[in-house]
Amino acid sequence: MIGVLVFGLLIQSVPITGGSFAPLYGLEKDQKSVSVASFRIDTYPVTHQNFFKFTKAHPEWKPSHPLVLLADKEYLKDWKSEGPSRKIKNVPVTYVSWFAAQDYCVAQGGRLPTVLEWEYVAAASETKKDASQDKEFIEKLLQWYSKPVQEGKISKIGKTKPNIWGVYDLHGVIWEWVYDFNSVFVTGDNRQDKDNLKDLFCGFGAAGAQNRANYAAFMRYALRNSLKGNYTLMNLGFRCAYDH
Amino acid sequence: MSKLFYFIVVLFSVGILGCSQKMTVENAILTDAPQVPPQITRTHPAKVIVDLEVKEVVKNIAEGVQYTFWTFGGSVPGKFIRVRESDTVEFHLANHPANKLPHNIDLHAVTGPGGGAASSFTAPGHKTQFTFKTLNPGLYVYHCATAPVGMHVANGMYGLIYVQPKKALPKVDHEYYIMQSDFYTKGGYGEKGLQPFSMEKAIDEKPTYVVFNGAVNALVGESAIKANVGETIRLFVGNGGPNLVSSFHVIGEIFDTVYTEGGIGANQRNVQTTLVPAGGSSIVEFKMDVPGTYILVDHSIFRAFNKGALGMLKTNGTEDKSIYSGKEVDENYIESKVNESAPVAPPQEPKEAKSGQQIFINSCSMCHQSEGQGLAGVFPPLANADYLMKLAKSPDRASLISIVLKGLSGKVTVNGKEYNNVMTPISGLSDEDLASVLTYVTNSWGNAAPHFSASEIKKAKEKLSQP
Repeated sequence: MIGVLVFGLLIQSVPITGGSFAPLYGLEKDQKSVSVASFRIDTYPVTHQNFFKFTKAHPEWKPSHPLVLLADKEYLKDWKSEGPSRKIKNVPVTYVSWFAAQDYCVAQGGRLPTVLEWEYVAAASETKKDASQDKEFIEKLLQWYSKPVQEGKISKIGKTKPNIWGVYDLHGVIWEWVYDFNSVFVTGDNRQDKDNLKDLFCGFGAAGAQNRANYAAFMRYALRNSLKGNYTLMNLGFRCAYDH
Repeated sequence: MSKLFYFIVVLFSVGILGCSQKMTVENAILTDAPQVPPQITRTHPAKVIVDLEVKEVVKNIAEGVQYTFWTFGGSVPGKFIRVRESDTVEFHLANHPANKLPHNIDLHAVTGPGGGAASSFTAPGHKTQFTFKTLNPGLYVYHCATAPVGMHVANGMYGLIYVQPKKALPKVDHEYYIMQSDFYTKGGYGEKGLQPFSMEKAIDEKPTYVVFNGAVNALVGESAIKANVGETIRLFVGNGGPNLVSSFHVIGEIFDTVYTEGGIGANQRNVQTTLVPAGGSSIVEFKMDVPGTYILVDHSIFRAFNKGALGMLKTNGTEDKSIYSGKEVDENYIESKVNESAPVAPPQEPKEAKSGQQIFINSCSMCHQSEGQGLAGVFPPLANADYLMKLAKSPDRASLISIVLKGLSGKVTVNGKEYNNVMTPISGLSDEDLASVLTYVTNSWGNAAPHFSASEIKKAKEKLSQP
């Protein structure tokens, strides 16, 4: 682990060794896996405290400032005036838009992780790099996805064990923004069967999916598919990735 | 100039008038099962606004067993929506901010791709709107269609929308909303505590629970649906699935009319069990004739008794014995000997004796045996029986008739042997039947006595009924 000092806060990130895996969506016909280049990713989701420091240096992202185009009216709605209460200092920041999250990451010298990068890291359990076929692991995720979480009930970071990469809280605390959230495609290429994959509803959702039993992954793709860049949700936060 | 202005004003007001007549706007009345919104009485199309909120809630699925339901409007099944043919429905779908997942709605009443699914795809903390016209009347299922669709449905996201036809179905005294569905929990049936969804059981189509209206006992006891004798009932029956097809049956009732698969057009009469497809419906109508408790089941019967597919309809009123008597006889029964060496009646025998033989076989032979020989020490013989023939040849044969009508118990001596047993009364025989069987018994197996007549039986009965 290395620590990078940003705005006087220690941000930790871990290196992820590139490799290949089979994401739920995005494989070409006859393609068994896709490869992901090495990158670094934040150990924890970005907290209210982290984001508060960022807004001080970037006043355009203070609660009352962003354009509706860049963040809807719910933006940072759980902050009291200009900042978060002490109680939620170490809780992942939510009610942030994609634009805000991406700007934050750029300010740290990084960016939001891509869908593939995020899924690659999040496929790991505490003991396996690829737990996408592990029934127990998936059932645990489903239980979390099934339950609503009320405002103020989101837990602090680092309360559960990290996965095998040493990354915390990818599941079970919040949803996370990714760079290309509104595309289930690996590349931006137009494909002939694009129409079939456009909507994740009913039968269409199963067409083109790799592992139809991975309901947890379906849900993540479905959630991403329901978003627009300026949306801010009670349970949606983010973490950053870095190329080097 | 002023004339032109006047003309324009007239045109404009006619336009407004025309529009306002065409488009009355109203909010749909939504109800929780088993209630159904009242019949729509207006005779013109309207713009109807439907507001539905998706909520993820923890509720009991059985006594002591909780489940995280995903609901349209707070309970399972979702709100019942009633609109009219040719209405324009403006649909608002809200997704509660605390929900984890996006949701949408596919109404089978919608004509258009996805049934509204894509247009109503809603992130948590958001609200969407789309509009459709109700082209086809009928009873339709609606459900969430967000991936993974099976799980959204399995967690309770379905309900019914009734598009009332322009010519409404006949008025009935009660309308009720019943929806069957199957649930898949990690623990077995009745295992206590908050039970998570079992993806494995769902994919294998092996439900833990099959229920009406979202929970075991949702339609039982105090929560049973109710009616009175003489009243007519219409059940709007839906099946949310996600997997099972329902064989919907009401024990002790016959559906007078069935609109199979929820189409409008009564296409079946006198139906015992109607099939309700997963993602489909049925409308059934019947009149209550007899009071009591009627059990609603999925007649795939293990589901009713082991998985919860059981409801109740309680009917009050006066009994009509001519339709249903209740229990009339409860007596000892000893294995029938009908198929065991029953003598074949000769064709030349008179009709009277023939039916007497039938009655003997059905009612007497299990004790007195097929040839009237009796069973030594237990049942006295009738063939060549001095006890019987003495009574049969006496001038007043009322005492013999009495044995059949009222039974006989205690010690009797027949052909020198003592018997101490009980003969139960033989009920349900007419005077003619009694005459036939007594004539048969006293003129078979070597017996011979004057024939009995119905009038003799009648006279004997009168004598026996005197104090």
